[in-house]
Amino acid sequence: MRAPSSHELAVGEVLLAVEDVSLSFGGVRALSEVSFNIRKGEIRAIIGPNGAGKTSMLNVVNGFYQPQSGRIVFKGETRSQMRPYAAAQGGIARTFQNLALFRGMTTLDNIMAGRTLKMKRGFFWQLIRHGPALQEEIEHRRRVEEIIDFLEIASIRRTQVGRLPYGLQKRVELGRALAMEPDLLLLDEPMAGMNLEEKEDMSRFIIDVNQQYGTTIALIEHDIGVVMDLSDRVVVLDYGRRIADGTPDEVRRDKNVIRAYLGEPHGVSA
Amino acid sequence: MRSIDADLDTLPKLLIRNAAAIGKRPAIRHKDLGIWQTWTWREMLEEVRAFSVGLAELGLERGDKFSIVGSNRPRLYWAICAGQALGAVPVPAYADAVAEEMAYILAHSEATLAVVEDQEQVDKIIAISDRLPHLGRLIYDEPRGLKDYDHTRLIAFEDVQRIGRNKLASDPQCLRRWEAGVADGKGSDLAIILYTSGTTGRSKGVMLTYQNVIVTARNANAFDRLGQREEVVAYLPIAWIGDHIFSYVQSYAAGYCVNCPETPDTVIDDRREIGTTYAFAPPRVYENLLTLTMVRMADAGRLKRKLFDFFLGVARRWGEQILDGEKVPLRARVLYAIGDLLVYGPLKNRFGLSRVRVAYTAGEAIGPEIFRFYRGLGLNLKQLYGQTEASVYISAQPDGEIDRETVGKPSPEVEIKISESGEVLFRSPGVFIGYYKDPEKTAEVRTPDGWVHTGDAGFIDPKTGQLKIIDRAKDVGRLKDGTLFAPKYIENKLKFYPNIREAVALGAGRDFVCVMVNIDLTAVGSWAERNNVVYGSYQELAGNPLVYAMIAQHIDELNRSLAEEPAMAGAQIRRFLVLHKELDPDDGELTRTQKIRRGFIAERYAPLVDALYSGATAADVSTQVTFEDGHKGMITARVAIRDMQPHAAPAQIGRAA
Repeated sequence: MRAPSSHELAVGEVLLAVEDVSLSFGGVRALSEVSFNIRKGEIRAIIGPNGAGKTSMLNVVNGFYQPQSGRIVFKGETRSQMRPYAAAQGGIARTFQNLALFRGMTTLDNIMAGRTLKMKRGFFWQLIRHGPALQEEIEHRRRVEEIIDFLEIASIRRTQVGRLPYGLQKRVELGRALAMEPDLLLLDEPMAGMNLEEKEDMSRFIIDVNQQYGTTIALIEHDIGVVMDLSDRVVVLDYGRRIADGTPDEVRRDKNVIRAYLGEPHGVSA
Repeated sequence: MRSIDADLDTLPKLLIRNAAAIGKRPAIRHKDLGIWQTWTWREMLEEVRAFSVGLAELGLERGDKFSIVGSNRPRLYWAICAGQALGAVPVPAYADAVAEEMAYILAHSEATLAVVEDQEQVDKIIAISDRLPHLGRLIYDEPRGLKDYDHTRLIAFEDVQRIGRNKLASDPQCLRRWEAGVADGKGSDLAIILYTSGTTGRSKGVMLTYQNVIVTARNANAFDRLGQREEVVAYLPIAWIGDHIFSYVQSYAAGYCVNCPETPDTVIDDRREIGTTYAFAPPRVYENLLTLTMVRMADAGRLKRKLFDFFLGVARRWGEQILDGEKVPLRARVLYAIGDLLVYGPLKNRFGLSRVRVAYTAGEAIGPEIFRFYRGLGLNLKQLYGQTEASVYISAQPDGEIDRETVGKPSPEVEIKISESGEVLFRSPGVFIGYYKDPEKTAEVRTPDGWVHTGDAGFIDPKTGQLKIIDRAKDVGRLKDGTLFAPKYIENKLKFYPNIREAVALGAGRDFVCVMVNIDLTAVGSWAERNNVVYGSYQELAGNPLVYAMIAQHIDELNRSLAEEPAMAGAQIRRFLVLHKELDPDDGELTRTQKIRRGFIAERYAPLVDALYSGATAADVSTQVTFEDGHKGMITARVAIRDMQPHAAPAQIGRAA
C-alpha cells in the first residue's frame, strides 16, 4: 500500500535496542533472550500468537517490568533499572490494550493530562492561574487543539470519555500519548475490537503520526494484514522467543512464522 | 427587470466594493484549532487576490473551467471568487461523491484545474485521472498525509498564494492588470456551472450568469431585509445552489458574514457559538434536531419530561398565533411566556437558533408536524420553493403569511403559472441560460419564451393565494381502481415519527399501497437500549419483531388519519416491511441531497416489491453495497412483511338513510 519514499531514507540510527532480555514470573518464562532493535523514524511491529509475550515485551521497554537478565539501550544509554515515570520523561509514550483513560473527564482534559510532564510551572502557579501559568496553559492548549484537529475528534472535545464508543476512546488514548510529544510511541493492540472501517481510520492515523511528526512507533497487533501493510519491519515472538525479524515480506515467507501461526506442535522446530 | 450597475455586476467586483466600503467588517470566519478565526472584507480581498494571481501564473485563463471539491472552508469559497476574477468558471462537485460521479462531472465540464480540500479528495481524483485528459494542476488546502505524494501536479493552496504574492510584489503592473481583468467581467458572463444531483439519470450542468445569481440574491436580501449584520453558518454542500446563493452570493451582495464550522459534526455547537440570524436548511436538518431532542427527552427525568410535554402542548396550541401576532387569551400569553423561559428558550439555545430572525426550509416538503413544532417554539420558520435552474428562489413566504401546506408567493420578479397538466412553470431573472453541452435537455425544460418546467405538480391555493406543491409531477399516480396516490404525501407523514428515517411508498397502478421503511438508528437504538433489546447490527435491529410491532403501530395511526381524508382514504397502507439496510447515496438510492429515488429503489429491491404484492410473508434479497472507499460488497437478508388492517372511512354526513 505504501510506496517506498523519503520515509525509508529517514529511517536511520537505532533508537532503542533490546539485547538478550529474559523475563519470568515465578516458573513461567515470558521472554527468553529476546533481541531486536527499533530504528529512528520507523514503524516497528511486534507480532505473535496469543501468549507469545508481546505485551510483556512492551512492558519491559517502558519500565513496567524489570527483566531478570539482558539490557535495554535507549538513545545510546544503557538502562538496568527503569521506572515508567522515567520512561515517560525520557520520551516513551504508550497506549494500552484495555484502555486506561480517565473516564469521567472530557476528551480535552484527557489529552491535556498528557501534557503534564511538559508543564513547567509548579502547583502553586497553576493554582493562581495567572501570568506565566496562564500563558503556559494557553500554549499547551494550542498543542492539544492541534492533536484534536489531527485526530478529527473536534466534535467530542467536551464529551466525557466514558460515554464514547470504543473506537473513539482508542483515538483519545492515542491523542493523550501524542500530547507527550514522544520520541517513541508504543501502541498495544491499537486496533483490537474495531470494525474494518475503524481499523482503516486508525491505520491512517498511525501512518500520519509517523510521517507528520516523525514519531518512531512500535506496535503490537493481532491483525496480521494490518501489520504487514503498516510496518517497515516486523519482529515475531512465539512462546517468549524471537522466531523471526525482518521486512513484512521476509516475515510472511518465513517457515517458522507460518508454523507458529498454523499451530503445529512446538518443540519440533528445526 | 431591474438592471445592476456595471461596476457591481460580478462577484469579484462586489468583493472589491465591500473591501472599500465595509473593509473592517467581518466577511468570513472559520473555527480552527477550537478558535474562531476571522477575516475582514479587506483581508479577504487580499487572500482572494493573491490566490487569483497565483492561479493566473499557473495558467488559468478566461473561459477555463476549474473544479472545487470539499467541505465549507473559507479557502474553497475564495477559490471560487479567485477563479471568477480571471473570468474562469468554477464547477463545484459534491465532496462526498464517489469516484464515478466525480469523474463524470470533471470530465464533462472539462475542468483544467481542481482546488480540493484534503488527501481524501486528492486520492479520489488521482484514482480517476486517466479519464480526465483536461485536468492539470491539483491544489489542496489541507496538507496532512500528502507530504510524500508526487508534487509535479500537486500544489498547496498557500504555495499558490505565495506565487501570487511574489508576482504582485515583483511586478508593479500586475495589480493593475488583475483589476482590469476583473473590470472586464460582465453581468451576462457565465458565472458558475452547478451540477444538479437529479432524482433521475445523469446529473446536468446548470449554467448561471452573474446577472442570474446577483439579481436573485439582491431580491432575496431585500425580501427578508438582510443587511451587513447577519451571521450565517455555511454547512451545506458548496456544490448545492442553496449554499452557493446563501453563503456566497447573498453574502457578497449584502456584506454579511459567513461562518465555516470546524467539522461537519460540530455544526450544532458552532451555530450556537455564532448565534446565526439567518438560517437555511433542508427539512432533514430540522427533523434530525427534533429526533435528537425527543430521544434525549425520553432519557430525561420525570419532572423534566412532564414540563416539556406540558409546555410543548402550550406551544402547539398557541405558539403560532403568538408568532403571527394574532389575538390570544391572556392566560395563553402568560403560559407561553413561562414556557419560553423554561423550555422554548433553552431549547432554541441548544439548537443555536436563539437569534434567528428568518429561517427557511427548502429542498423538499417538510412534515407539517415538524413545521408546527419549530414555529410553536417561536422560530420564524418559513417555506421556500426553489430550483437550481432558478438560482434558487421561485416562491417564498412573506413574514406573517405562513401556511404549513404551501410554499409561498412568487419571489420578487418571478412569475408562476400552472400548466394544463398541473405542472408548475416559472419565469424570472434567475432563469439559467442552459444545461452545459446539452441543448436538447435545455429545450425540453425551458420554453423559447423563457418559461421553465419545474417537473413538480402543484396549484395556487385559493385560500392563501400561495403556491402548493403536491409531489413530483411524474410521481403522482393512481391505484388500479383510480384512487389518487401521492407517494411523497404518505412518506412525509411517516417520516415524522422519530423512529422512521426514510419511507418509500409504492402503489401506482397497483391494487393497494405498500411501504418500505428505514428505521432511524439513533431513535430506535435508544429505544432498544431502554427496553433491553439486544442487537449486533442495523440489519438485526431492523428485523426485530418488536421493532416491527412498533412500526406497525405508527402505520396504523397514519392509516387512521388517512381514513379521515376523503381523497386519501383509499390510499391506506395495506402491507409494509422494514428494509435491512439504510438507504444511501453511495448506492444510488438517495440523491446527494438525500432525496429518495423511488424508481431506482423499486427496481433494486424488485424481489421485495414482488413479495409485497404477492402476499408472501417474507422475502430474500441480496443487494450490492458500496463502501465509503469505493469497495463493493453484498448484503443478503430475509425480510419479513406485515399486513395492516385499513380503517373504515368515517360515515359521511348527509348520506344517512
